[in-house]
Amino acid sequence: MIRVELVKLLRRPRTWVAVALLCALPVLVAAFVAVRHLAPAPGRGPAFLSAVLNNGSLYPAAAMAMVVPIFLPIAVAVLAGDAVAGEATGGTLRYLLARPVGRTRLLVAKLVALTVFVLLALAAVVGTSYVAGVLMLGTQPPAALGEPGGVTSLSGPPLTSTQLTLRVLGTVAFITVSMLGVAAIALFLSTLTDSALGAAFGALAVLVTSDVLLTLDAASAVQPYLPTRYWLAWVDFFRDPIFWRDIEHGLLLQACYLGLLLGAAWANFMTRDVTS
Amino acid sequence: MIRTEALTKRYGPILAVDAVDLDVREGDRYGLLGPNGSGKTTLVRMLLGLVFATSGRIEVLGRPVPRRVHEVLPQVGALVEGPAGYPHLSGRTNLRIFDAAGPGGSRRTRRRRVDEALDRVGLGGIDRRPLKAYSLGMRQRLGLAGALLRTPRLLVLDEPTNGLDPRGMREIRDLLAELNAAGTTVFLSSHLLAEVEQLGNRIGVMDRGRLVVQEELATLRAPTGRVLVRSPDAARAAALLDGRVEARDGDALTVRHDDPAGLNALLVGEGLRVAEISAQRRSLEQIVLAATTTSADRIEAVP
Repeated sequence: MIRVELVKLLRRPRTWVAVALLCALPVLVAAFVAVRHLAPAPGRGPAFLSAVLNNGSLYPAAAMAMVVPIFLPIAVAVLAGDAVAGEATGGTLRYLLARPVGRTRLLVAKLVALTVFVLLALAAVVGTSYVAGVLMLGTQPPAALGEPGGVTSLSGPPLTSTQLTLRVLGTVAFITVSMLGVAAIALFLSTLTDSALGAAFGALAVLVTSDVLLTLDAASAVQPYLPTRYWLAWVDFFRDPIFWRDIEHGLLLQACYLGLLLGAAWANFMTRDVTS
Repeated sequence: MIRTEALTKRYGPILAVDAVDLDVREGDRYGLLGPNGSGKTTLVRMLLGLVFATSGRIEVLGRPVPRRVHEVLPQVGALVEGPAGYPHLSGRTNLRIFDAAGPGGSRRTRRRRVDEALDRVGLGGIDRRPLKAYSLGMRQRLGLAGALLRTPRLLVLDEPTNGLDPRGMREIRDLLAELNAAGTTVFLSSHLLAEVEQLGNRIGVMDRGRLVVQEELATLRAPTGRVLVRSPDAARAAALLDGRVEARDGDALTVRHDDPAGLNALLVGEGLRVAEISAQRRSLEQIVLAATTTSADRIEAVP
């Protein structure tokens, strides 16, 4: 079943449109920055963008900072919301279950396919943005800053390319776990309703609410538990030494959400009448 | 093959299936009839483990459902409430995907089995067009091909000829009869009386959730003990058979008599001409209409 889900994912035009759109945004930004050679002031605009002006090697990190807050979660919510509800609407759910595909197995296969989608999207974003960064922004060692070459970490000391690769991989892993949190919300809602749009919208509503509460001082009591609280904690991978606290908190929080919501999704799906 | 005891399904205040004791035997061509909304589809879904019963027991192929439904379903081919598939993929790819999704379909023989199933339903020559370009009839055939992929012991078909033209219906009926002769038990639900009458050997009739008739078709349609006679000399025949004529309409008579041949000899012996003579049998339509009340999709205004 897992193989079948992957075939369905990869043969669906929608998957590739989503990946292409995700890749297009960082390339577009790179083009603007390269042409005008004008980066946002440090501390403003997307993270890292001011740091990449002279060295495109760090551009994948900047690209991920662009797609993680909104673009990628939307894509994940839409796909995960469609996972069960879409099959129900299309009538294929009853044929899969009558085939028979176990309900647990079906959910696991959906989750694996969603993970593969996130990894695929991030790999594509990292790949295209690296190429775009190197081609458009160059790999000049920032001699003017007196650095001996390589990429500068956010804290100052330079990073070797091995270090950079490892940290980019760590980032991809962290973002994947965060996005699985989104997928778990949408997947749970997807087992509740037969409307794929409704499930995706519900998941996005949760994320937007979380984002709004994060900016609200009065909500400080609940902020550490909001699903989007640690989404950008992976930026700490690019400090030297790596600042682990928020990364660990983020992983722990997402693990809780994943366990809770996937458990709820499973319990609901196992006992549900499939009448679509 | 299928046996249910006091099977009941309640959706909130609505009793969709009410204490049904279904009995489908090996080798049957069982036709389940009933008006729209009488609970046929809910019953079929419970047999396949898609909908969970409120109370009662189900046994399919000798195993309890839904507890051991995963052992049962690999030997069952199903068509539930119309065919479905992934619209952007071709019919062949759809069949391959569904075959690969579950157990009981060897990967080695998949290509051959898909081609054979498509041949059987008359889609052997389909090209790579996506499913969304298919006509309703083609989809219906593809759905049947999906049900036949693993040569099942039991076919559970909900409205199998929906969307087919008369020739297509005939083809599918012949195909089902052929499969049944080769040992497959066929359980089909339909509201098309003619379809069931021509294919089934056992009939169940559902009405508002209850199974009100379950009987051999031959028994249901046994002669009623009356003979229908059409004769240009109807008036004289009525006089001759005085007391045994139950109804007369122009030159048509309904006569209480067990033996059409004997009656014919009697009439001809008296010099009466007989244009038509046959034993009266109840039509399936009469049986169903007598057993059922109203269509559930008909909602009357309360004065």
